[in-house]
This record gives sequence, structure tokens and C-alpha cells, in this order.
Amino acid sequence: MSNAATGEGIGQPVRRKEDFRFITGNGHYTDDIARPRQTWAYFLRSPHAHAKIRKIDTRAAEAAPGVVAIFTGKHVADDGLGGLICGWTVSSKDGTPMKVGPHPILALDTVRYVGDHVAMVVAETLAEARSAAEMIDVDYETLPAAVALAACQSKEAPQVHPEAPRNTCFEWELGNKPETEAAFAKADKIVKLDLTNNRLIPNAMEPRAAIGEYDKGSGVYTLHTTSQNPHVARLVLSAFVGVAPEHKLRVIAPDVGGGFGSKIFIYAEETACVWAAAKVGRPIKWTADRSEAFLSDAHGRDHLSHAELALDKNGKFLALRVKTVANLGAYLSTFSASVPTYLYGTLLSGQYDIPAIYVEVDGVYTHTAPVDAYRGAGRPEATYLVERIVETAARETGIDPAEIRRRNFIRSFPHQTPVIMAYDAGDYEASLDAAMKAVDHKGFPARKAEAEKRGKLRGLGFSSYIEACGIAPSAAVGSLGAGVGLWESAEVRVNPTGNVEVLTGSHSHGQGHETTFAQLVASRLGIPMEQVEIVHGDTDKVQFGMGTYGSRSGAVGMSAIVKALDKIETKAKKIAAHLMEAAVEDIVFENGTFTVQGTDKSLPWAQLALSAYTAHGFPSAEIEPGLKEGAFYDPTNFTFPAGCHICEVEIDPDTGVTRIVNFVAVDDFGTIINPMIVEGQVHGGIAQGIGQALLEHGVYDPASGQLVTGSYMDYCMPRADDLPSFNLGFTKTVCPSNPLGMKGCGEAGAIASPPAIINAITDALGIRDIEMPATPARVWAAIQSRPRAAAAE
Amino acid sequence: MPVVAMTVNGKPASADVEARTLLVHFIREHLGLTGTHVGCDTSQCGACVVHVDGRAVKSCAILAVQAEGADIVTVEGLAKNGELHPVQQAFREHHGLQCGFCTPGMIMTAVDLIRRKPNLDEKTVREELEGNICRCTGYHNIVKAILAASQAMR
Repeated sequence: MSNAATGEGIGQPVRRKEDFRFITGNGHYTDDIARPRQTWAYFLRSPHAHAKIRKIDTRAAEAAPGVVAIFTGKHVADDGLGGLICGWTVSSKDGTPMKVGPHPILALDTVRYVGDHVAMVVAETLAEARSAAEMIDVDYETLPAAVALAACQSKEAPQVHPEAPRNTCFEWELGNKPETEAAFAKADKIVKLDLTNNRLIPNAMEPRAAIGEYDKGSGVYTLHTTSQNPHVARLVLSAFVGVAPEHKLRVIAPDVGGGFGSKIFIYAEETACVWAAAKVGRPIKWTADRSEAFLSDAHGRDHLSHAELALDKNGKFLALRVKTVANLGAYLSTFSASVPTYLYGTLLSGQYDIPAIYVEVDGVYTHTAPVDAYRGAGRPEATYLVERIVETAARETGIDPAEIRRRNFIRSFPHQTPVIMAYDAGDYEASLDAAMKAVDHKGFPARKAEAEKRGKLRGLGFSSYIEACGIAPSAAVGSLGAGVGLWESAEVRVNPTGNVEVLTGSHSHGQGHETTFAQLVASRLGIPMEQVEIVHGDTDKVQFGMGTYGSRSGAVGMSAIVKALDKIETKAKKIAAHLMEAAVEDIVFENGTFTVQGTDKSLPWAQLALSAYTAHGFPSAEIEPGLKEGAFYDPTNFTFPAGCHICEVEIDPDTGVTRIVNFVAVDDFGTIINPMIVEGQVHGGIAQGIGQALLEHGVYDPASGQLVTGSYMDYCMPRADDLPSFNLGFTKTVCPSNPLGMKGCGEAGAIASPPAIINAITDALGIRDIEMPATPARVWAAIQSRPRAAAAE
Repeated sequence: MPVVAMTVNGKPASADVEARTLLVHFIREHLGLTGTHVGCDTSQCGACVVHVDGRAVKSCAILAVQAEGADIVTVEGLAKNGELHPVQQAFREHHGLQCGFCTPGMIMTAVDLIRRKPNLDEKTVREELEGNICRCTGYHNIVKAILAASQAMR
């Protein structure tokens, strides 16, 4: 029976293979693992945003009950360990490389944000480690801190790193300045907008954790850690930090409870645990509590931008110019330089044919936690800017918001934008039309009037977004400063009994790869999904791979599997031809059976698999025994998911509370393997986007640099009753740059939704802008400050 | 150190624990039942919800000694004779989980909610989930799963 007939084929909403262990409490997250004789680590963190460390006295702590060892920055430095690195180099306009301050594992003489790592206490129990840490006496000389982003580039601002004067890491530009200036000079209309993209704290529900171990006999280090990309972690820890040679370091990322970017990065804690395990001679375990996660996980977003859009008299866009200041935090995290530059500036054309674009981005150090990729990474910031200014242009020109978008949509492909990207396929009007239909756009005036009768304000907001996903190809990212290649790997191992193990360099931390990937393999080989095991997350088992982020595991990871399956089929056909004494070109493989065209000769999959290993009578010069193939897949382009989200809100003017009454998302992800999983990804992304637009804000006190929103009582995570159910639809243009035609769906919701919500709120209130998060207090204040005429409308 | 004794998933369980040991740490560290998770340190996220004498309780919010003599059910004890609980089944059927970390707490909360309020609607489910945070699903499919389970259990 074919996989389509069993309901397991491509395009089927197959229920997830991984669910059983999670719904029965049998998952294995890092903190669930206990290693024999393990000790516990606790990190003493800086209580100051900026201070010199005059002295650290650990004597009393060392004598505390249960303490095994205490490590400070001096121990790390004495051991010759390197610091943490940024894997992406960005250059300034003048050609100079970004200015990077050192990022030690444990602070040496200066702390640069609240939560910076000062010492690691290793003890028999976590409680003992924590108690002992309180007995460490650190003599700090507190210094003024650079916190408020807008003020950090001034001459007077406290310096985060002496290497970066005025706290400026880079002054990057992209696009064509003279062409942009010329277009502005002849514009009929110029629309200007200042925008804040609020700081977010990722908050995967599983806090980061690590267990470091060292085997004296073999000299092998093992690190269990909450990683989205264990091979990259191993590479950085060996080649740059110098913990151990790559072949003597095993990194395992078991079940990982969400990442959203925050678990891409290589952090101080896991580095210290695996390094110190050899010193202590016992495994060292560390699990962040939520307060530590707030302080030390890499944060997201945090941009200040000024944007200007030039239009002709028909509402056609002529040019866009943008100046952005991006907060990098106190140290460069693993990919932080790429996020506000190549993942941001390159998407500023949106879905529109804009002949000239020029963007300048200053990357700025502050005395706050490092800022790096968080779901969408640069693309939500770009989409927010583009869709807010397009909406503002519609209102200022009096052109209907849908119409101004239609007038400017890119309609022929491939399309080269002025900011690097070559869009390969899309139909932006199709998703706009579908979304308008789904939201009942025609009925909106009546709904608005009805709401007004009840004293409520209704608004409708559009967001026609595009993103670049599948972060790749290697040549492209290499030319833009990436220190790594961005391909993916796969190995398909057919066992003698016919079942299959697929080793993938992708990593699943909620995305359902064990199901989707198995669906692909099972349908290709014509075997039941239960006979396919997806193996990931262990550098000892899996060949080098690049991991999961940037919605790349479908388009890149599955393409690598396709390539390996192609090789499997080629070899299997050779074996089948030999066994059935036929010419290889006459062998047909369908629904798990090999047949010789035009005959009744056939061979089932399982028999072929066994024959591959018995290898009796193989012409050994032509056919090797066994059936196992590997592939590395490097795509030819990024993929370009796109679509239209429309949000309808109703605001209570008495309380300022915004209720989302309808949220429509129509997305074009190309080929979809499992629509149930894809819809789930969109739901989660929209929820995070609504969080950004209405609820979430990472706030530091501008004077002290203390994190004000350091717990779930202060940082407003979206709860179930903050959100509506979502109304989803799909359109489809196949992606031409990978064999499955996939585009990626993991980030679209978070990228598209914030401007739809803010456009809806500003529409409802009749105002130009409101800062995210549009909390009830802000909305209420905006209503109070409206001109009387607008308020009376 | 005090000895605490209780029934966990139908079996007697006891251990010497430090008096400050939270019930969640007793369950995870002493009994090795790691399905119950810790997602925060302010009793907000609900990843640690278990049943204490039939009621949903955040096991990070009570001490192990407070559960002396209690009848505790964790997510590991929900399926009976190899048969998944209808709420577990509904979470799988409706894709009510992604990374799975909040899932045990969500499921234990949902079982208690359906017991308390057999006639659920979407609004009630959303309000009742106030104490459980999920970062993956946007709650859309969790709500769907709980409503479906409550239907199935009627």
C-alpha cells in the first residue's frame, strides 16, 4: 500500500511520533539526566551593570559545606582558554572590521552587565553551591553604565569596551546612497517615521542547562547541553575556546524544550561546566533558574530606526532610506553581528518593487545582556519598518492600504532587489486577496460602526511580509561575513532488516522533525513511518551538521535527506538489477517494490535490504556490500516565504485594553509536508508576535542598568487568555531552489504579525504611531492625547 | 533531616529530605520522576503541576513535607494499564504540544479543569490556563485539545 493510502504521505497531517514520550513524561531533557557522581554548579553573577573587580575572596566559600571547587576568571585565563566568539564579521562603511571587545568565560577584571559571570561554584548539591556562592566576597568598584540605547554613542557615555570608541561596534551600510538620494530629490511625497523595535527576552520554557564530563581514560569530554546546533557548539568549544580537540569532545543536545534562537549560541555556563569537569574529575551539572535565564540568555530585537519612503504622485514607491541603531548588549554573542545587518537590511524591500534603497545600521554596545537572534532575527525588525511606513504612506496619501500595496507589489520573478536578495518565486497579491476574503474586509465598515455603537474602537491592520529563510547558501553567506558554511547534512542507513535510520544535522526542539522527516523518507521508500528513526543531536552519532534556526531544516535539512535518498535509490537499483538479472535502467522502484519493467519480476524493499548485506555473489568490483549513503546539501539561494497577515482589533477607550477579534494569516511556504505541524508553527510565531506588539518588553533601568523585567511577574508572557484562536490559510508558489520546493515556516508568524497589530491599533485610534508593546496604559494615554476632533469622530 | 512519606502514582514513596525541599524536587530528584518540569522560579509557568489528593497543584509552590501522607499523581501516573488518558490522547490528536516541556503541567491542569468544569467553552479554558505558560503553540491547539477531551469524557 502506498503511503498516500495509509495517510502518511507528503501533505498529510500525520500525528507526531515524538508526542508519546512527551505526553507520558518520558522525554529526556538535559536537566532530567543524572550522571554518576555528578556535582552541581552555581554561577555567581554580577549585581552591577558596570564595575571593576578589585578583588575576589573565595576563602570562606571554599570552606563551606559540600563545596568541591570554585573557579574565577583567573583560573580560566591561567588555563589558556579563549573567550567566546562572534561567528560573523561585519565591516563598517569605511571598510574597517567591527570593533570587538573580549568576551571571557568568567569575568577577569570588569563586569559589563547585570548577570555577567563572576565565579562558578561546584558543590555536592545545588543548594550547597548556591549557599557557598553567597559567601564569595567580591570587591567591586561600581562605574556608570551605558544603558539607554539612544544615548550610548555620545562622547559622554560610559565605555563598554575600550576597543570600541563611543560604544560603536560597526557603522554598516547597504544599498545605493546616490541613487536613493536622487530618487528622494524628485519625489512627490516623502513619508517619515521613527520606530522602536522593543527588546524581547526569548523564554523558551526549558531553561538552559548543561552537564560537562571528562573521561580520564580516553581523554574525551562530553557535554550534554540545550543546543539547537550541537556540532557548531563543538566546533566553537574546540577550535576557538580550546576546551578540547574536536575529536575528543562529544556534544549531545537531547530533548530540547524550545529555542527560538536563544539556544543557537555558545554560552559561558556550558563552556565552564565542560572545561571544569576535567579539573574536578566528576561530572558538573548546571541548570538555569528562570531568573538567570532572564539575565543571561541572549535577548532579541532592540532597534531605534528612522525611516523615509519616497513616492511619486501615483503612490508608487521610489526609494527607501533607513537609519537604525541596533543594541548589541555588552558582548557580541555567537551570531549577533549578522542579525541587525545581513538578516535585516537585506529584507527592507519587503514585497515591493523599490528601485533604490539605502540603509545604515550602527551596532552599539551597552551594559546589558548580549542581543542576538530571536525568532525571525532581523526580519521581524525589517518587516515592522516596511509595513509600518507603507501603512503610514497609505494614510498620508489617502490611498487604500490594500491598493497601495498592490500598486507596488513585485510581480515578476526572479526579482533582484537593491539590497542583495534575488527573490525567486511568489504571488503576493494571491495571499493579500485570500487574507482580505478571510477577514471579511468588505464587512469591516459595518463591524466598525456596530462597535462604535457599543462605545468601542475597531481597527484593521495589514502586514504583507517577506522573509529570507533556509539560511544558506554557503557561498552567499561567506561573502557576507559568515565564518561558517550554511549547508546541511544527512545520512541514510538502511539496516539489513529493511528499517531505516536517518541521521540529520538538523536539530528538533519542538519542530517535529522526527515526524516530518520520517514522512518524507517513508513515502520515498514505500515503508511505514514506524520503520524510520530520525537521529539527531549527538556529535558522536551524527556527521557534522549546521543545526536548526532560520527556518532552515525543511528547505535545507530535508533536501540533504532527499539527496542521500537519491543515492540510496541509485545503489538499490543496481543491487536489484543484479539480483533480478536485468539491466539497471529497466528497474522501477515504486511503493517499496523493485520491479523489472515489462516483466513480472519483483523484489520487495526488505528483501533487497537484506541482500545488500548478505552480498552473496555481488560482483564486488561493481557493487559494494551494504546500503548506507550520506549527502551534504548546499542550496542555490535563500528561500522566500511570504504572505499576508491581517489583524482586526477592538479597543475599549475607557481601559485602553486591545482585544484581537480576528487574526488572519495567509502564508506561502511552498510545498508543505505536514500541514498540522506547519499550522502549529504559525500559531506559535503569531503568539510571539502578539507578545511583542501588545505585552512583552525587556526593560533595563536606565540609571542603574538593573533588569526591571526579570521574572514572569514583570515580563508579560502571552497567556492563553491574551490570545485569540487564529484563522489560517495558505497559498502556494513552489520554491525553485530546492528539490522539495519548500520555503520554511518557523518564523513567519513572529515576522509578520507585529505590524499587522500596530497598524490595526493606529487605525482604530486614528493616530500615526504607538510604541510596542501597545499596553493598555499606552493605548489609554494615546486616546487621551488625541486631538479633540479625532476623539469625537 | 525529616522523612517524608506519601503515595506517588499509586505506590508508597518516602525519603529523607532537607526540610526546604520543594515537592517538585522530591519528585524529580528523589523519585527520579522527571516528567514534572521546572520552568520558572516564581510559580507562574505551571510546568510542575501535579495532582495532590485529586487537585492540580504547582509542585514548586509547596514543600515536600507539606505533602506528607498525600496521594500524588504525576504525568507518569496518568495513563492506566497502558491506555493513555483522554487528555493525553487529545493533546496528541490535536497537536497540542511542540517542544513538550510545558506539556506535563498543561495536561495535569487540563485533567483537573475538566473534572471541575465538565461543560467547558473556549473562553473558560483560556481563563483557566492563566497559570500555565506555553511558548511554542500559541495555545491554539492546547485549547482545542482540552475542549475535545472534555467532549470525549462527557
